[in-house]
Amino acid sequence: MISIEVKNLSVFYGSFQALKNINIKIERQKISALIGPSGCGKTTFLRCLNRMNDLIDEARVVGEVFIDGLNIYEEKVDLLELRRRVGMVFQRPNPFPLSIEDNILYGLKVHRINDPKIMEERLIKSLEAVQLWPQLKNQLRKNALTLSLEQQQRLCLARALAVEPEILLMDEPCSALDPIATARIEELMFELKKKYTIVIVTHNMQQAARVSDFTGYFLLGELIEFGETHQIFTAPADKRTEDYITGRYG
Amino acid sequence: MRWPLTPRQEQAIVRLLLLFLTALSIFILAFIIFFILRHGLPVLSWEFLVRNPREMGKEGGIFSTIIGTIVLIILALTLATPLGVGTAIFLTEYTPEGRLTRIIRFGSECLAGIPSIIFGLFGFILFVTKLKFGWSILSGSLTLAFMILPTIIRTSEEAIKFVPQAYREVSFSLGGTKWQTVSRVVLPSALPGIATGVILSIGRSIGETAAVIFTAGSALRIPDSLFSSTRTMSVHFYILAREGISLSKAYGTAAVLLISILSVNIFTYYLMNRFLRKYS
Repeated sequence: MISIEVKNLSVFYGSFQALKNINIKIERQKISALIGPSGCGKTTFLRCLNRMNDLIDEARVVGEVFIDGLNIYEEKVDLLELRRRVGMVFQRPNPFPLSIEDNILYGLKVHRINDPKIMEERLIKSLEAVQLWPQLKNQLRKNALTLSLEQQQRLCLARALAVEPEILLMDEPCSALDPIATARIEELMFELKKKYTIVIVTHNMQQAARVSDFTGYFLLGELIEFGETHQIFTAPADKRTEDYITGRYG
Repeated sequence: MRWPLTPRQEQAIVRLLLLFLTALSIFILAFIIFFILRHGLPVLSWEFLVRNPREMGKEGGIFSTIIGTIVLIILALTLATPLGVGTAIFLTEYTPEGRLTRIIRFGSECLAGIPSIIFGLFGFILFVTKLKFGWSILSGSLTLAFMILPTIIRTSEEAIKFVPQAYREVSFSLGGTKWQTVSRVVLPSALPGIATGVILSIGRSIGETAAVIFTAGSALRIPDSLFSSTRTMSVHFYILAREGISLSKAYGTAAVLLISILSVNIFTYYLMNRFLRKYS
């Protein structure tokens, strides 16, 4: 089943074209990895999927992005609801300087979910989903910045899950973590894909090979190739993809 | 010592020189405080604080001027804080950097450089005479509010800009609106900085004489309405000293002024530390 379908998507920053006519279909409840050298547009692409590029004044997006059949760039789209459905985890763990509990509940509060029963249920559920609940259940009032980087990143993930998204966008979520923490986050991603469609941008080709079902290779704003990870890494159709994954480029 | 100096000698000399400059600055400050307190503290007593001035201030205390100062400052802050913080929020969060923001910022910086006596004259012409508020708490606090506005805008802007962009992004990515992001994430993080600006303004207002004497007048009664004239401590001090009414009472007033500014600062640091512990 297709969750996200992108048609003829281009992004301009002023006169610079950051993405050139991207077409892609992203499967539901699978992990799709986007790889490519720095500045190739993969993060820009990711930020088109929850319209975070709207925040950049000079960015201009052309084309269509359908999520469950609805073009999210249409004018009548409820941007806040879109961003609830499409959660995002950032490169560096960025918890608010608040307690663990307040971090998780922030998303609920902005969507005016005030029922204490729902709030508690979501708090437990999202912390359980990122496997933090057993460690942290007795210190929910603790400041989130006192946690380890890995715990912080899990907390950020839980914060995104608390508003019950369907899609998770991850922008190099492990780049600030050590290899052991990275391995544990990758395990967690396998767990999460049972429920969520995951799109991950990564610098790390091995990571893409390990975790993803599908891989897309971006180069200079173009999507060179998108297909099953196994195929991309063993029998890429495009010479440029091959050069990249074999380390001859980038 | 041989010329040219070795880098090591140069380093030693510069270090000494800088130490001397620092010591000198601290000495000057300490000397002023010591001087005022030495002449002022003997005059201070409970009576001095809670009694009204008699015979133009020659006898009695300074109670009504303390009240006048407090009322004027509270009112000025109540007017200027929402105005200034609101402007800062608009400039930083709601408008892209451009011509408009540059013009507004330039304007407010010019405002900050205007001598206070000009503000006094402006307040006198606009509030006291044109709008017929008379010499009153209202005119005085409006004038003070205008005067401290640039400080509040500036410091609030800096504080808001200092809030990490990542916080805003997270809030937006969770489906927060601009206002939710500003009110729940940006402002709480910026609060210590904003508070600093407000406190700086209190400091400036407590000591302000020229702008106030023109607009709030110098009545010694305890004010009973917004339209009563009042006398602040600094104006009282000025009049006592200038007209040779009582130098010892003037020193007493100066000591009270100094101590109140110090206490406001200490109290703010205490509050800010508590807040920072809670928030970061």
